[in-house]
Amino acid sequence: MIPDRAHLDRLDRSWRDPPGFWGFLTTVDHKRIAARYIVTALFLMFLAGMLALDMRWQLSVPENTRMGPQLYNESFSLHGSTMLFLVSVPLMEAMAFWLVPLMLGARNMAFPRLGAFSFWLYFGGVLCLWIAHAADITPDLGWFEYPPLSGPAYSPGHRADIWAQMITFTEVAALAASVNVAATILKMRPPGMTMARMPVFLWAMLIASIMTILSMPAVMLVTSMLIADRLVSTHFFSPAGGGDALLFQHLFWFFGHPEVYIIFVPATGFVSSIVETFSRRKLFGHSAIVLSMMSIGALAFGLWVHHMFAVGLPRLGNDFYTAASMAIALPAGLQIFCWIATVWSGRLRLATPMLWVLGFVATFVIGGLSGVMTASAALDLQLTDTYFVVAHLHYVLIGGAMFPLFGAFAYWYPKATGRLMSERWGSIAFIGIVGGFNLGFMPMHFLGLMGMPRRVYTYPPGMGWETLNQIATLGSAVAILGGLVFVANALWSYRHGQPAGSDPWGGSTLEWASPSPPPAFNIAYTPVVRSLTPMWDEGPGLPAMDGLGLDRREVLITSVTAAVPLYRQKSAGPSIWPLASSLAVSAMFIGSIFTPWAIAIGAAPIAATLTGWFWPDRPRAGSDAPSAGA
Amino acid sequence: MAWSAMKRRIALVPGAVLAALTGACAGIQSPLAPASDQAFALHDLLILMTAVCGLIYLLVIAGLVWSVLRARQHAKRAAAAPVDDSALDRSLIATAAIIVTGLTVLIFGSFLADRALLAARAEKAMMVRVTGHQWWWRIEYRNAATGRWVETANELHLPLGRTTRVELASNDVIHSFWVPNVSGKIDMIPGRRNMLDLTPRRSGWFRGACAEFCGAQHAHMALDVRVDDPVAFDAWLAGQAEAARKAQGPGEALFALHCGSCHAVRGTPANGRAGPDLTHFAARRLIAAGTLPMTRGALQGWIAQPQALKPGTAMPAVPLRPAEADAVASYLAALR
Repeated sequence: MIPDRAHLDRLDRSWRDPPGFWGFLTTVDHKRIAARYIVTALFLMFLAGMLALDMRWQLSVPENTRMGPQLYNESFSLHGSTMLFLVSVPLMEAMAFWLVPLMLGARNMAFPRLGAFSFWLYFGGVLCLWIAHAADITPDLGWFEYPPLSGPAYSPGHRADIWAQMITFTEVAALAASVNVAATILKMRPPGMTMARMPVFLWAMLIASIMTILSMPAVMLVTSMLIADRLVSTHFFSPAGGGDALLFQHLFWFFGHPEVYIIFVPATGFVSSIVETFSRRKLFGHSAIVLSMMSIGALAFGLWVHHMFAVGLPRLGNDFYTAASMAIALPAGLQIFCWIATVWSGRLRLATPMLWVLGFVATFVIGGLSGVMTASAALDLQLTDTYFVVAHLHYVLIGGAMFPLFGAFAYWYPKATGRLMSERWGSIAFIGIVGGFNLGFMPMHFLGLMGMPRRVYTYPPGMGWETLNQIATLGSAVAILGGLVFVANALWSYRHGQPAGSDPWGGSTLEWASPSPPPAFNIAYTPVVRSLTPMWDEGPGLPAMDGLGLDRREVLITSVTAAVPLYRQKSAGPSIWPLASSLAVSAMFIGSIFTPWAIAIGAAPIAATLTGWFWPDRPRAGSDAPSAGA
Repeated sequence: MAWSAMKRRIALVPGAVLAALTGACAGIQSPLAPASDQAFALHDLLILMTAVCGLIYLLVIAGLVWSVLRARQHAKRAAAAPVDDSALDRSLIATAAIIVTGLTVLIFGSFLADRALLAARAEKAMMVRVTGHQWWWRIEYRNAATGRWVETANELHLPLGRTTRVELASNDVIHSFWVPNVSGKIDMIPGRRNMLDLTPRRSGWFRGACAEFCGAQHAHMALDVRVDDPVAFDAWLAGQAEAARKAQGPGEALFALHCGSCHAVRGTPANGRAGPDLTHFAARRLIAAGTLPMTRGALQGWIAQPQALKPGTAMPAVPLRPAEADAVASYLAALR
């Protein structure tokens, strides 16, 4: 259907944000919220990358005096905590926020205000950690702070509390975001997009969201127990008081391992989208890939002990976790086979997003295989807590998740901005980042096998580690230069890139039906889907359905499996309450670092803002409500 | 025996190649230069895993390169030919079979290596207690003849060819005992006891390090390990069991007064337990858990300014006049 002018104007009036700063504070537009997430997280990635470079500088010669132990320990703690909690997971959530409604042909997320709340609370976590850093109360015990070292006896002051509370911030935000994404995917698919016709990207985001919902409570519990140990002298983790130091590790890794796949599974969604588009054929093995994701999601909860092989748990149990960990290689390997098979049988177009996928396969498989090695309960005793593991985790997280993310950024950039990024500078950035990364991190495997432990601020001369450390430092510098080229390319192309049109790559999924950049209401009519690749099978003249209100914010709710239209739902408009309530929650979180009374006193403003948030602002539905028409 | 010795020599080749490639290494703290039954088992497993994983990586990259080249060729065709995926479906199953086979080999190999680490558990063995402290190692040998414990610190001696059973514990936070040439690491956790069997097959000096982040000076928590033939080891242990030799000069009294509340020197009034036992201090190679070499200059620097050399260490700078510090250093340097 070709929408007429008046139709679009009425939609625009209903969905547009208030102008100016007030609009900035109150918006519930999923695209604006996602953009904030992405800008914040990319800036933090730059800061944490600078910390990494500083640490590499320190390690480039033995007994270097660039850093003392305190500064070094703060640097790796801040680097790891930022990258894992404030960059990787939020970036994946942001991609879901931005793309899921577009890929569903929907007008917004299921819970628009909750989306705004997620961002503001995440931003509170960012400020909690980085303002603390500016005030020199930086956490200094790594990205997992094992007690008793992080307990009251060995970490006086508030550094450990800042870390624990930053986690509470980001995890509440992540839980809210995941509930939102899962509800949107389950209940707001366009008519005809049955579960079997869901693109892999949506499956990835759905599975990652469910994993988040199941795993995050464990880490919130464990950091809250740590805070309680520190603040009100409970003894969850102190052996002398009847507690158990290992309980922390079990709970932390019950979250910590799924966390890795919460970062990785969305990346497989990006890869699937990109491979399909640039191979110009339907993704080979759709069901195999989706089933692989599901089994990765399920197995992820059964292998946390492989982070704890050296703690001295019963050996037979360890061997079970070895088998479970290695079993991940089967679904992961099948996914990789499906992507390569899609390329093999397709008509390849080598644009930058596809280059990133090739870089991803070549790099991530190394990380996967070194993961198979560390999954052995026996061999891990030589590998864990050495530079081998540092190499492994960066290969998996950067090679396995960030490379696809950069590819996804280049792939959907024209949809977001209406302009293409420069292919030439994109290729240069690709070579710099992938080359620099491998130059920087490959030597760390050998350093680990040559006995270098991780988290040491310096090392003695004569261990034979100098040359490899210098190569690693050089490589990270090259990768960061490549990253700067990437960002410069994005900034330059924002104004000067080639105009993209709505579908520059010839993609198969519904986001390419919207104009670039998409308007506030995303799409003029709700599309009707009859295949996995609607844009290829139906072309731009997608069948659509009418009947959603134009003069108020309405979204279509469909059934979970068959996506049969059920009813129209009012979608929340701009509101200041998400910001206000996240401020109230932030005040309570920060206060509880210093006194337990903050929880009691801080509950009042939270209750007040939530009351404001949920105050009914419409007449109760009666017989005069518009009847559902589909 | 000859075969297993040869197998060991063959197994060392990849490590040696790697060491040559990387322009290194001393090999005194490396899983690539195994020196005990346990480390050999892990080294064999490392070689098996590297070989299988390397092969799989080559297969993946070959497949990727072939696919890209083929699909670039196809891209020159104008329109897509109708796709027949039945061959790919069969390949998917074949891939699954290859992966499962590879994983089965690796899981089985891992299981066998894990058994090998425990192979000596049934035998009687000499007991040694190693306790982690921020940031040093308390080491206690059980003298089988007298049944008494003999305490030393930061330098572990092991008899060649005999199994030593190390009991690992911690006094404060979590540490990890890792002497890669001799064994994989096992954590030292407050409130728990872990066991590790070591059966050295090659004598020499090796280096260990704490492998679990344990605070400010985690980097300076090294452990010297000496593997000796049993005769030399027994002589060393007998020497360690004796009280300190009688000293001349004012050093002993000064040490007992200023240092004796934290450090013990058996046979003198110094009987502190907070820091390392220094009864045979000068017989060790290194000072302060691998921070400094055992030289007179380093020792005097360490007494004068421990916080400058190992910031955060529990040892305070003790206010001593230069002559007093000199006397204490002379006294310590004579504690062999």
